[in-house]
Amino acid sequence: MGKEPYLETNVTIRMVDITKRFAEVVANKNINLEIRSGEILALLGENGSGKTTLMNMLSGIYMQDSGSIYVKGEHVTIRDPRDAFDLHIGMIHQHFKLVEVLTAAENIVLGLNETRLVDLKNVREQVAKICDRYGFVVEPDKKVYDMSVSEKQTLEIVKVLYRGADILILDEPTAVLTPQETDKLFVVMRNMKADGKSIVIITHKLHEVMEISDRVAVLRKGEYIGDVPTSETDPQKLTDMMVGRAVTLNIDRPEPVDPKESLVVKNLTVKDINGVTKLDNVSFTAYTGEILGIAGISGCGQKELLEAVAGLHKLEKGSSIMFYPRGDRDQGEDLAGQTPIDIKHKGVHLAFVPEDRLGMGLVGNMNIPDNLMLKCYDQGRSPFTNRKKPREQAIQIIRDLEVVTPGLRTPVRRLSGGNVQKILVGREIASDPYLLMTAYAVRGLDINTSYTIYRLLNDQKKKGTAVIYVGEDLDVLLELCDRILVLCSGRVSGIVDGKTARKEEVGLLMTSFKEETA
Amino acid sequence: MKKHDHKEPLFRISKSGYVPLQKAWAIRMVALLLALIVSALIIFSIVKLNPIKVYGTMFQGAFGTNKRMWVTIRDTMMLLCIGLGLAPAFKMRFWNIGAEGQVLVGGIASAACMIYLRDKVSSTAVLPIMFVCSMLAGAVWGFIPGFFKAKYGTNETLFTLMMNYIAIQLTSYFVALWENPYGSNTVGVINSRSKFGWFPPIFGQMYVLNVIIVLVLVVTIYVYLNYSKQGFEIAVVGDSENTARYCGIDVKRVIIRTMVISGAICGIAGFLAVAGAGHTISVSTAGGRGFTTIIVAWMAKFNSFVMVLFSALLVFLEKGAMEIASRYQLSDYVSSMVTGIILFFILGSEFFINFKVTLRKRFSKEVSQ
Ligand SMILES: Nc1ncnc2c1ncn2[C@@H]1O[C@H](COP(=O)(O)OP(=O)(O)OP(=O)(O)O)[C@@H](O)[C@H]1O
Ligand SMILES: [Mg+2]
Repeated sequence: MGKEPYLETNVTIRMVDITKRFAEVVANKNINLEIRSGEILALLGENGSGKTTLMNMLSGIYMQDSGSIYVKGEHVTIRDPRDAFDLHIGMIHQHFKLVEVLTAAENIVLGLNETRLVDLKNVREQVAKICDRYGFVVEPDKKVYDMSVSEKQTLEIVKVLYRGADILILDEPTAVLTPQETDKLFVVMRNMKADGKSIVIITHKLHEVMEISDRVAVLRKGEYIGDVPTSETDPQKLTDMMVGRAVTLNIDRPEPVDPKESLVVKNLTVKDINGVTKLDNVSFTAYTGEILGIAGISGCGQKELLEAVAGLHKLEKGSSIMFYPRGDRDQGEDLAGQTPIDIKHKGVHLAFVPEDRLGMGLVGNMNIPDNLMLKCYDQGRSPFTNRKKPREQAIQIIRDLEVVTPGLRTPVRRLSGGNVQKILVGREIASDPYLLMTAYAVRGLDINTSYTIYRLLNDQKKKGTAVIYVGEDLDVLLELCDRILVLCSGRVSGIVDGKTARKEEVGLLMTSFKEETA
Repeated sequence: MKKHDHKEPLFRISKSGYVPLQKAWAIRMVALLLALIVSALIIFSIVKLNPIKVYGTMFQGAFGTNKRMWVTIRDTMMLLCIGLGLAPAFKMRFWNIGAEGQVLVGGIASAACMIYLRDKVSSTAVLPIMFVCSMLAGAVWGFIPGFFKAKYGTNETLFTLMMNYIAIQLTSYFVALWENPYGSNTVGVINSRSKFGWFPPIFGQMYVLNVIIVLVLVVTIYVYLNYSKQGFEIAVVGDSENTARYCGIDVKRVIIRTMVISGAICGIAGFLAVAGAGHTISVSTAGGRGFTTIIVAWMAKFNSFVMVLFSALLVFLEKGAMEIASRYQLSDYVSSMVTGIILFFILGSEFFINFKVTLRKRFSKEVSQ
C-alpha cells in the first residue's frame, strides 16, 4: 500500500484533495484536512458547507469522487462503515441510526461481524465497563423507542466505543443536549483525548468550540478556508471566517407594544399513552407582541405543551386553553379538546414549528413547494390544488432566507439540516400567524442562520404576534425573551423576567422539583 | 492496527440526481434492445430456432390478426384498470393486495344484474346500472380493510389477502347458484342469445367501450393523484402520518376514502371482465391479474400514462409467449424464459436510471505509490 510521502508522526488522518459531488452540487471541493492524535478538532461551517459530507467519507457512508485518504500514513480506501471500523474510525451521526424496536444492547452488537451467537450477557458487562469508565448511563435492556434523544445519543457513543474506535467523529452531538448533558459529554471527550484518541466535533455553538477544542478547521460553501489553534481565535473571528464577511453578533429585544392576553392556559394536564403525567396543572398567559421563552431540561414537557396547544394531545379534564386572536376578547376560542383539523377550520392562525422537522413538520420526500402547500393546500372550494402560489412562495423563501438548494424540485430530505429548518420556519411565518410556537427553532443551525431566525421572531413580535420560544440555550433565552417560563418535570417552576433574570436563577428553577422529590 | 489492504472497488454506485427524460428513455430503449439480444442468444443456443422468426411469431401472437389485436387491447385495458385501482392505495403506502377479490365481487355484481334484470330494464339502461353496482361492490370490498386499518390498525396486507379468499368462496357460491346448463358447474355464457348486458359493438368492434372507459380512468386518476387536494392528502399520509396529523389531515378518513376508491376502480375492472369480455363469471375471472398489476403499478411509479405502456408490455409478452409455445411445440419454459429476460432488463434499466455507476479509476492510485 502507498506510504504517505510527507509523513508526520502525530497525524492520524490526512485527507488530500478530496472532492465530492451530489449530482449538480459540489459538497466538498479539493479539501485538505488533517486530524492529529490526542487532539480535539472542531469542524466549523455554515449549514450546507459540507461538514457532514466530509466526515461521511471517513466513516464509509460515501466515497470521494477524487482525492485520497491516509490513516496513520497509509493510503486507505474506505468503502463502507465496516472498513471504517477496521480503521478504528467511529462516527456518531447527526440523525441517529438506531433500530427503534431493539434494545440498547441489541443495537450495540447489531452489524458486528459475529459469526457465533452473540452473548448478550457478555455484551452487557462490557457496556457496563465502558459506562463506568466514562461516566455514561445506559440501560442495556431499554428499547430504543422508549429512549429520550440524549439517551439515544449516549447509546450511539457507547456503541462506537464498544467497537473499539479511537478516532471519534461527533456530528453536532450537543445540538440535542442540555447544557448539563453537554458538560458531561465534554468531560468524557477530555478523558478520551487524554487516552490519545482523536476526536472531531462538529458544532454550531461557538462557545463550545472555544471550550472544548484544540484546533478549529473552517469550511465555507464546500471549500476549506483554513484552520487555527483555538487559543489564538475568538467567536467573532471564527464567524467572520465561516461567513466570509463581518457579522454582528447581538440579539435585539424591542419593548413589547401594547401587550394583550393572547393565549391563556389554565390547569393544563396531559398524560402520555402509558398514563404517565407529562404536564401537570400548567397555567400561564402569553401576550401579543411578546416573546415568551420556555426553558427546562429535556423531556420536562416542553414538547407536550406546544403539541397540546396545537391539538395533538388528549387533554385531561379541567384543562383550558383560551385563545384570543390578536388579543381580541370577543373572539375568544377554547382550544381544549380540539383537533388540528378543528383548529384549522376555525381559522385560528396558529403556527407551530415542531421539534421533529422531517417527521412532523415536513414531508421529506416532497419538494419545497409541496411542503409549503401542506398547511394551505385545502384553501378554496376547488377540488384541485393551487400550485402557483406555493411555487412563488418557495422562490421567495429561498431568496429571503438564503436557502441553499439545487432547485425547487429537490426533495427536502436532501437538503442540509439548516436549510430544512429554514423552509419550515419560513412556511410557518408566511401563514401570518396570531400565535407562533417554535420548538428548538435554531437547533442545528449555523450562527448566521440562527440570528436570521431570531430576527424573524422579532419581526413577528413587532407585528403583534404572540411568540412562544422553546429553547435550550439559556444565554439566548435570556437575551431574546421578554419573559421565561421554566418547566420542571411537567410543572411550572417559575416565570421570570428575561431582562432581569440571572442564568443561575433559571438553572436552579429548571431542577427545583427534582431536588424536592429526591 | 489491523492491516488494511482494501482495494478501491471495481465500480461504485451512487444515487444520480435529476435525470433528463430523454436520457431515461434512451436507457430504457437500450435495455429493451439488450433484452432482445440476450433472449435471441438463448433461443438460438437452446432450441436452435431463428430468433428473428421467433420474435416475429410473438408479434403475430399478439397482433397477427385483427381479432388477436383486439384481444390484446382488451386484456391490456383490463390489466390497466386494476393497476389504476391499486395506484391510489399504494401511493398511500397501503399494501392493497386484495385487487383480485375486489375484481371478483365487481364481476359478481355485474353478472347478477345480467341475470336478475333480464326483461326488467332495457338493454341500454342495464349497462350503467351494472357499472354502478360493480363499483359499489368493489368499494365495499375496499372499505372493509380500510375501515379496520383506520380504526384498529389491522395489518392491511393480511386483511386484503383474506378478503380475496372470501371473494373466491362467494364466487363459487354464485357459480353454483347460477349454474347453466345444470351439472356443468359453470355459469356458461350469460344471455348468449339476447346479449343483454353485453357491451355493444362500436364501429363494428367489440371492445371499443372497454378502451373508452379505461382511458377516461387513466386521465381521471392521473389528475386525481397529481392535481387534486385529495391526491395531495394521499401523498402526505403515505409519507408520514405524523406530518399529516400535524397539518390537519384526517388520516383515518383519507385511508378509508382512498381504499373505497381503490376498491371501486377494481370493481369496475370486474364489470369490464364480465360485461366487456367473458360474459360469464368464474373463480378465475380475475385470473391472478390482481397480483400481476402490482408490478405494473410499481414499475410505473403510479403514473397512469406509464402504466399504459407497462400493461401493454406484459400482455404482449404473455400473448407472444403463448404463441411461440404452441407454434413450435415448445414447453412453456422457453417462452417463460424469454418473458423473464425481457422483464428483467426492463426492471434493471430503472436501476441504471436511478443510480450512477462509476468504474474504478485504474491508475490514479498506483501513481501515488
Ligand atoms: N445525499 C445527498 N444528496 C444530494 N445532496 C446532498 C446529499 N447530502 C448532502 N447534500 C448537499 O451537499 C451539501 C453539503 O451538505 P452537508 O450535509 O455536508 O452540510 P453540513 O455542513 O453538514 O450542513 P449542516 O450544518 O446543515 O448539517 C448541501 O448543499 C447538501 O444539500
Ligand atoms: Mg451536517
